[in-house]
Amino acid sequence: MEAVVVENITKTYGKGKVLAVDNVSFSVNKGELFGLIGPDGAGKTSIFRMLTTLLLPDEGSATVDGFNVVTDFKQIRSSVGYMPGKFSLYQDLTIEENLNFFATVFGTTVTENYHLIQDIYVQIEPFKKRRAGKLSGGMKQKLALCCALIHKPTTLFLDEPTTGVDPVSRKEFWEMLRRLKKQGITIIVSTPYMDEAALCDRIALIQNGKILSIDTPDNVTRSYPANLYAIKANEMYRLLKSLETFPDRLNSYAFGEYAHATFRSEKLDTAHLEHFLTDKGLSGIEIKRIPATIEDSFIKLLN
Amino acid sequence: MEEKVIVCDKLTKRFGYFIATNEISFEVNKGEIFGFLGANGAGKTTAMRMLCGLSAPTSGSATIAGYDVYSETEKIKRNIGYMSQKFSLYENLTVLENVEFFGGIYGLTDQEIKEKTEELASKLGLKSEMKKLVGSLPLGWKQKLSFSVAVLHEPKIVFLDEPTGGVDPVTRRQFWDLIYEAADRRITVFVTTHYMDEAEYCNRISIMVDGRIEVLDTPANLKKQFQANSMDEVFYQLARSAKRADS
Repeated sequence: MEAVVVENITKTYGKGKVLAVDNVSFSVNKGELFGLIGPDGAGKTSIFRMLTTLLLPDEGSATVDGFNVVTDFKQIRSSVGYMPGKFSLYQDLTIEENLNFFATVFGTTVTENYHLIQDIYVQIEPFKKRRAGKLSGGMKQKLALCCALIHKPTTLFLDEPTTGVDPVSRKEFWEMLRRLKKQGITIIVSTPYMDEAALCDRIALIQNGKILSIDTPDNVTRSYPANLYAIKANEMYRLLKSLETFPDRLNSYAFGEYAHATFRSEKLDTAHLEHFLTDKGLSGIEIKRIPATIEDSFIKLLN
Repeated sequence: MEEKVIVCDKLTKRFGYFIATNEISFEVNKGEIFGFLGANGAGKTTAMRMLCGLSAPTSGSATIAGYDVYSETEKIKRNIGYMSQKFSLYENLTVLENVEFFGGIYGLTDQEIKEKTEELASKLGLKSEMKKLVGSLPLGWKQKLSFSVAVLHEPKIVFLDEPTGGVDPVTRRQFWDLIYEAADRRITVFVTTHYMDEAEYCNRISIMVDGRIEVLDTPANLKKQFQANSMDEVFYQLARSAKRADS
């Protein structure tokens, strides 16, 4: 059963001058945790806004829970939860007031669906009398998630919930999402962090308004089309510069403490490369075959 | 002996009873790429504002490029570059106009501005975009342009506040190429990031927890010290112990 179906959707801005979403199609199954992975400006927010009926597509069609995003906007608005990238709750209402307000607007009460938010809400409850505008970034994010959940949405849209959030809080946020998924809520989440992609059931890699690939994270990385190597040396900048001049090199780039590289020949002559790098004045050289990550796959698709 | 461009001793900032930055002491060498990490709310922004001469410390001392953070803030500002997290070039000016404007602000001569403009256009591959409005450029180019403008006047130190947030993986790496080049020209780079792979690209990093600098070393030494495979693990072990709610 599909929760969201998108067919050939296109969105332009400025009288057709800026192509934000370019003929995009995908579908999301009920109960799935689906990730839209791509950098700022890829078109993620436009897709979210069309699916939550806040923006009309130029072309194409889409449904959420079987409802058409253009004609059935009222049904969609009452059944989905949406957490925009920009904090959009009432800054001068307290945590408690915001939550009560959103519950009331959707014709429900906080008690009725408390089980959905309990996990998250207990973390901010000690501050429930504090105004939303005075909350820290992490607390705002938790409150926004509570408000998006309080009417028990069928589908939850989270637009870059972890952007600018430190690695520890990001990890906690994704643990919350895994628990929500267990409650049967379909979750569509966008993120510019490639490492978060691995936590989704399926992902769409998106760039310049186009979807480059849709699959499970495992399949995306498994279908990496070349042999990938991780190379380490004592000096990263010189290593990168040296790799660029290696004749057999296809692509190379920094990746944490290693450089990742692909080569033209089927089987890399590691001894030859090591010799080449030593000649360039590098030491402590280590070369190994590695499986690709989502970020490697994304870089490959961008090239 | 390495030349020190940032020297901090027990630098502290209080807001009422709240100690945002608590007696931080460290030194940064000329030409070094220094990663300034910490969880949200650990006190990074407050510390950085003091180092840039934008906020007076409550106590402690610091010199930036040899200038005192209490009494010589204007001299500090002339000798540093700063790239904020929020894009801060003028969107409704062209690339060329932005470069001319900021060049003027930094006191460059017309001749210097002309040379810098040509250099920047060819280095960033922006030759055909110089007359376009900055607002129309893709984010990745904007970030690279911001960085180039921040080092237009060849400052002694450039402060980068999460310069690569939301940028695609290819552009993120091109951005780091610019950082490496600047460091090669002996510009000191002081950078904050939430990407732990980028922490690896720094010569040394510090990690702040609850207003204090908890550790400061090379990425390799930190991984050894925490018996971790990646900086991500090091960060996780440290920041998990934070008591303070984030900001």
